[in-house]
Amino acid sequence: MDLFKLFKKNTFSHGIHLDEYKDETNAKTTRRLPFAPELTLPLSQNTGKPAKAIVHKGQQVTRGEIIAVADGFMSVPLHSPVTGTIKAIDIAKTAEGGKQPAIIITTALSSGQHLLTSDIRNDYLQISREELIQAVQNTGMVGLGGAAFPSHVKMKIPADTNIHTVLINGCECEPFMTTDHRVMLERVEQLLHGIRIAMKCVAAPKAIIGIEDNKLDVLHAIEPHLPTDGSITIKAIITKYPQGAQKMLAYALLGIEIPSGQRSSSVGLAIFNVATLAKIGALLPANQGLIERIVTITGDNIAHPGNYLIPFGTPLSFLLEHVGFKGEEASLILGGPMMGMAVRSLDMPTTKATGTVLILDERATKRDDILPCIKCSRCLQACPIHLNPSELGLLAAQRQYDVMEEKYHLKDCFECGCCSYVCPSNIPLVQYFRIAKVLNRERHLQDG
Amino acid sequence: MAKSDLKIDIRTSPYIRKAPTVAQIMRNVVYALVPLVIYAVYQFGISALALVIITTLSCMLTEHFFCKMSAKKSTITDASAVITGLLLAMTLPPGFPLWMGAIAGFTAIAMGKTLFGGLGFNVFNPALVGRAFIQAAFPVSITTWTPALATDRFVEFIPSTLALPFMKPLPTADWTAQVALDGFSGATPLALMKFQGIMTDTYDLFFGTIAGSTGETSSLLILICGFYLVYRKMLDWRIPAAVLFGTAISAEFFYFMDPTKYPSPGFMVCSGGLMFAAVFMASDMVASPVTPLGIFVFGCLVGFLTVIIRLFGGLTEAVMYAILFGNAATPLIESYTQPRIYGARKQAKDK
Ligand code: SF4
Ligand code: SF4
Repeated sequence: MDLFKLFKKNTFSHGIHLDEYKDETNAKTTRRLPFAPELTLPLSQNTGKPAKAIVHKGQQVTRGEIIAVADGFMSVPLHSPVTGTIKAIDIAKTAEGGKQPAIIITTALSSGQHLLTSDIRNDYLQISREELIQAVQNTGMVGLGGAAFPSHVKMKIPADTNIHTVLINGCECEPFMTTDHRVMLERVEQLLHGIRIAMKCVAAPKAIIGIEDNKLDVLHAIEPHLPTDGSITIKAIITKYPQGAQKMLAYALLGIEIPSGQRSSSVGLAIFNVATLAKIGALLPANQGLIERIVTITGDNIAHPGNYLIPFGTPLSFLLEHVGFKGEEASLILGGPMMGMAVRSLDMPTTKATGTVLILDERATKRDDILPCIKCSRCLQACPIHLNPSELGLLAAQRQYDVMEEKYHLKDCFECGCCSYVCPSNIPLVQYFRIAKVLNRERHLQDG
Repeated sequence: MAKSDLKIDIRTSPYIRKAPTVAQIMRNVVYALVPLVIYAVYQFGISALALVIITTLSCMLTEHFFCKMSAKKSTITDASAVITGLLLAMTLPPGFPLWMGAIAGFTAIAMGKTLFGGLGFNVFNPALVGRAFIQAAFPVSITTWTPALATDRFVEFIPSTLALPFMKPLPTADWTAQVALDGFSGATPLALMKFQGIMTDTYDLFFGTIAGSTGETSSLLILICGFYLVYRKMLDWRIPAAVLFGTAISAEFFYFMDPTKYPSPGFMVCSGGLMFAAVFMASDMVASPVTPLGIFVFGCLVGFLTVIIRLFGGLTEAVMYAILFGNAATPLIESYTQPRIYGARKQAKDK
C-alpha cells in the first residue's frame, strides 16, 4: 500500500469535510474598530491564575500600561487596552458564564489613544532562554487559538525533554474563521520573528508551518520570506476538520502520534498557533503588552462581516452595532460553529480568548427529535480519535459513565463534535460526553 | 435596534450539523429495492405484485398498531417498516399464499422489532425473523417454487397465491406443469446442486433467469441497486463486501479440496439469495457491528456459516440462518473489536 503511505502524511484518518463559509471574510483586510466608551477586563483571561490588579478607582491609565500583574508562573499580566480612567474594580459577567472580578475602564474619548512606548529591543535573540521566556510572560501573551493558555508556560520545556520541531498551526479548520488566514497574509515578518523566538525558547532546530490547502495564497505569501537554510518550512495539508487539533496536526505533518494522555512535548514537539507567534513577534521586540487582537465577526444578518482589530474588553453589543447586525433571533457564538461557546448575554466583553464572534440563525437553534441510534457507524467513521461514539452514546444513556471511561476511552474525546455532526438520529453525542466527563471528574474528586 | 430585544438561544456545540435523517436513509433503501420489485413482477407476474403489497401493508399496519398501543408517535413515516415488508416479500417464493404473507409481515414487525423496543433496538433483522417464523410454520409453501417468465403471468395468479387462510394451498404441480418452460424441475439452483449434483451456469445466476425467491434471482440487478446505495452513502459497503468475501473464501476452500464434489465460489456467491442477503439483509445497520474489524469478522462468519450449512446442513436457505446467527453474535463481536484509538500504545496484535 505505497499509495496509501504517500497520502497518509498529508492528513489524519477520519474527520469530516465541512462547508467553509470563509469567503465572506477571508479576503477582507483587517480593520480597526472604534474604541468602546467603556471596557470591562476580567482579571482571569488566561488558563491558570488570574492577574492581580495594581490600579485603583479613579486612576488615569495610558494605553499599553500594566494594570494587573502576573500572580505566579501560571499567570500573565494585563495591560490597559485604552487610555482612560479606572471606573471600578468590580465583579462582572463573563462569556464563560458566571461572574468574575474585572477592571472597568472609561475610555478617554478626547485622547488620541497613543500607545505607551518604550525602547525597541533588538537583543531578543541574544538573551538567555530564561530571560526570553520571562520577556514573553511580560507581554501577557496567551495562546490565541482559543484555550488562552499562557504562552511562556508552553515554552518552558522540562529539562529532560528534547524538542526537535516547532509546529505552527495555521490550519484554522473551523468554518467561518479567518483571523489566522489574515494574520499569515498581513504579518509575515512578525510571524517569522515569533517563530524564531519560540524555536529559541524550546531549543528546537526546526519549525514547520502547517496550513490547509484551502489557503494556498498564504503559501505564496510566506515562502519567499523563509530562511534559505531550511530551518523553517511551510507545508499545505488536506483541508479537513479537525485538522487544527494538535494531535491531528502532528500526525498530518510528521506522521507522529501523540500518546494518549500525554503532552506533545513527550514526542519532541512544541505546537503553537500562528496568530500567537505573530503577536509575540510583534510585541516582544517592541516591548509592548497584549491589548487587542484580530476578531472575525461573521454569520447571518450581518451587514459588514470582516476581520477587525478589537481592544479587549469591548462589549459584544458594541461590536454587533458596528458591523450592522440586524436580526431578531439568533445564536451568538464565541468561536467556531463546531467547538465554540454560546453566549448568554450581549453585555459581555471580548477577552484574550475571543477570536471569532459568530451569529447563526435558526440553523443553530433548530432542534430535531432525538431518535434511537440506528448503528449506522457514521460517527465511528468520523471520529478522528477512533473512538466508538455510538457505544459511548448508548452507555451515556444508561449512565454507565465509568464504563465509558474505563473501556471506551472517554477521556481521549476532545469534543471536536464530528460525531454529532454526522449522526442521522440527531443524538447530541458530544453533549453527553461532556456531561459524562464532568460527572466522572467530580466522582474522582470525591473518591480521593 | 434595541439590543436587549435580541432573543438569544443557548445550545451547545456543534451548532451546525449535516447528516441525512433516519427517514431519508430508509427511503433510499426503499428506492434501491424498487427496481428489484419491478423485475420480480416482470418475472413472476401479478402474484409477485400481490405478495409485495400484502407483506408491506402488513408490516406497516403492524408497526402503526403497536405504536398506537404503546401511545407512542407512529413511526410508519420513517419507512423502516416498508423496508421490512419489501425485504420479506423478496425472500418468499412468488406463489406464496397471501394470507401467509400477511402473517409473515405481522411476525416480522411484532417479534422482530417491537418486542425489542422498535427501530434501533432490534437485535435481529426483522424481515429475517418473519421469514424464519414462516419457514417453521409453513415449510411446504416456502419451498414450493414456480417457474419464472410464465406466459400468462400478468393476467393469472399462481393458484397457491389465493389459497384461503388456514386451508391447504392448492398443489401447484399441475399448474406448474402446464405453464412450465422446458426443463423446469421446481427446484432452485441450490437444491439442484445439493440433491442432484447439477450446477446451474453462473452466467444464468448472475442475470437471474432462474427460479427462486421473488426478488433474489438477479445478482446483477442487486449489485446495481447496492452500488446506488453505496454511492448515496446510505449503505456501508464493507458489510456486503465482507459477507461476499467470507462466502467466496470458504467456498474456495472446499472447491480447492475437491472441485468435483463442491461448487465453485462463483456459484456460491451468485446463488440462493446470497447476493441479496449480503446487500440488503446483512447490512441491516441496527443488527450488525459498527466497528471496522467487527464488520469484517461478522461478514466472514456469515459467509462461512452459509457455506457450511449449504454443504452439510439439511436446508438450502442457509444464508438466512447464517445472518440471524451473525446478528446474535454481534454484541460479542463488537466488544472484542473496539478500534485502536489514536495515541494508544499499540497492542501486540497490530505490532
Ligand atoms: S451516527 Fe448516530 S445513529 Fe449512527 S451509529 Fe453513531 S450514534 Fe448511532
Ligand atoms: S467529539 Fe469526541 S467522540 Fe466525537 S468525534 Fe470528536 S473526539 Fe470523537
